[in-house]
Amino acid sequence: MKRVVITGAGTINALGHSVPETLEAMREGRCGIGELEFRDVDRLAIKIGGQVRGFEAEGRFNRQQMSLYDRFTQFTLTAAKEAIEQSGLEFHGDLSAKSGVVLGNSGGGMQTLDENYRSVYEDGKNRVHPFVVPKLMNNAAAGHVSMQFNLKGPSFTVSTACASSNHAMAQAFQMVRSGMSPVMITGGSESMLCFGGVKAWEGLRVMSKDACRPFSANRNGMVQGEGAGIFVFEEYEHAKARGAEILCEVIGFAMSSDAADIVMPSKQGAARAIAGALQDARIDASEVGYINAHGTGTAANDKTECAAVADVFGPQADNLMISSTKSMHGHLIGGTGAVELLACIMALRDGVIAPTIGYQEADPECALDVVPNEAREARVDVALSNAFAFGGLNAVLALRKV
Amino acid sequence: MSTQDKVIAIIAEQAVLEPSDVTLDSTLEDLGIDSLGLVESIFAIEEEFDISIPFNANAPEQSDFDISNVAAIVAGIDKLVMEKA
Repeated sequence: MKRVVITGAGTINALGHSVPETLEAMREGRCGIGELEFRDVDRLAIKIGGQVRGFEAEGRFNRQQMSLYDRFTQFTLTAAKEAIEQSGLEFHGDLSAKSGVVLGNSGGGMQTLDENYRSVYEDGKNRVHPFVVPKLMNNAAAGHVSMQFNLKGPSFTVSTACASSNHAMAQAFQMVRSGMSPVMITGGSESMLCFGGVKAWEGLRVMSKDACRPFSANRNGMVQGEGAGIFVFEEYEHAKARGAEILCEVIGFAMSSDAADIVMPSKQGAARAIAGALQDARIDASEVGYINAHGTGTAANDKTECAAVADVFGPQADNLMISSTKSMHGHLIGGTGAVELLACIMALRDGVIAPTIGYQEADPECALDVVPNEAREARVDVALSNAFAFGGLNAVLALRKV
Repeated sequence: MSTQDKVIAIIAEQAVLEPSDVTLDSTLEDLGIDSLGLVESIFAIEEEFDISIPFNANAPEQSDFDISNVAAIVAGIDKLVMEKA
């Protein structure tokens, strides 16, 4: 089996338009969540979110591209450019033929759906733009990344709600580890901060009206975010031979299904995914220094996740740090695991642990070191990233310092 | 139909019971309504009475709307309908 390393990272989210901006915000414990701004927001009960601000698509993309790129594709291409530029890779010949794109995404082109449903239902129009379908399809972003960077190998989109990005990255990892592809572009994106997107979530009654406070006893729900996180997963010898800068190594993953409830999380399902990732990476629980939590800020997730971690790690659970950066950038749904992987890279490479901000009251059901409110310096050798989706579909990744 | 009859009909449907099996002192838990059933019941009540119920599934006990039993729900609805009028 091949070793797999990350040689490029890119992002755009509520905390910043690049990886350095995002990591700086995480170090400072800055909150990117604020008042939502879009049409009909006054008809929503939930009016906050981690919206990307100051993103001028018009300057970045030409008219033809704009007619084909939903906002989630715009985010994806922006993050992919940063990641691939950092890696220094150019895709030609055999490398191009074998390298592909596996991305996570949940809602597809929600902005396009929202605008066009409005047009035909509310405004009564009988004609839509000819590119509505290629703009809103979930795989549009993966397709455009493959075209823009000449990636001719296996490419597709994975959709498992809040675990989409982790499932996608686990798949890309397997492809590189098995020797099938020398390089895979992976991660995920989401953009459902529009009237229909937030209205749908509102119906579930799990959203907070004021803030995302994971693990805090007074937490009252999740807050949506938007953006993208994209990575270059590269075979270690390939990266070493060309002298590439290595951000960290991906050492294992596991996926599990609760087979229990469509929305309520399961401690056993989460614990099986966490334990499975340790086993796949052939590491002992004592080696893990940091877990980037799924940590949605809902009553159900946070206590279940903490119980699962306590089950897997036993007394070792007291020696590790676990934080939820959703408190800062919101829940990016299908893109969330990708943006959160950045916190793992920061822990491993820079020795800085991103905090869980908004933490106000200790909860005995979440009695772990959640790195409350302020970032911390610590040497971490192994980090995990958790994602537990609606549908009971879980995916956990394990990473190591290089 | 009175508020009480309408609420009992909604809750009975959700619990897959006959309306006669639902009494004013029944709790949702007694009736076997889980968190998903509760959210659906709240939605059905909002649609029926054209009201907005302040309810957050993360902290049901902290919501301004009492769901401890059927009588409490009926009283809460009457109050919201009155406030709206």
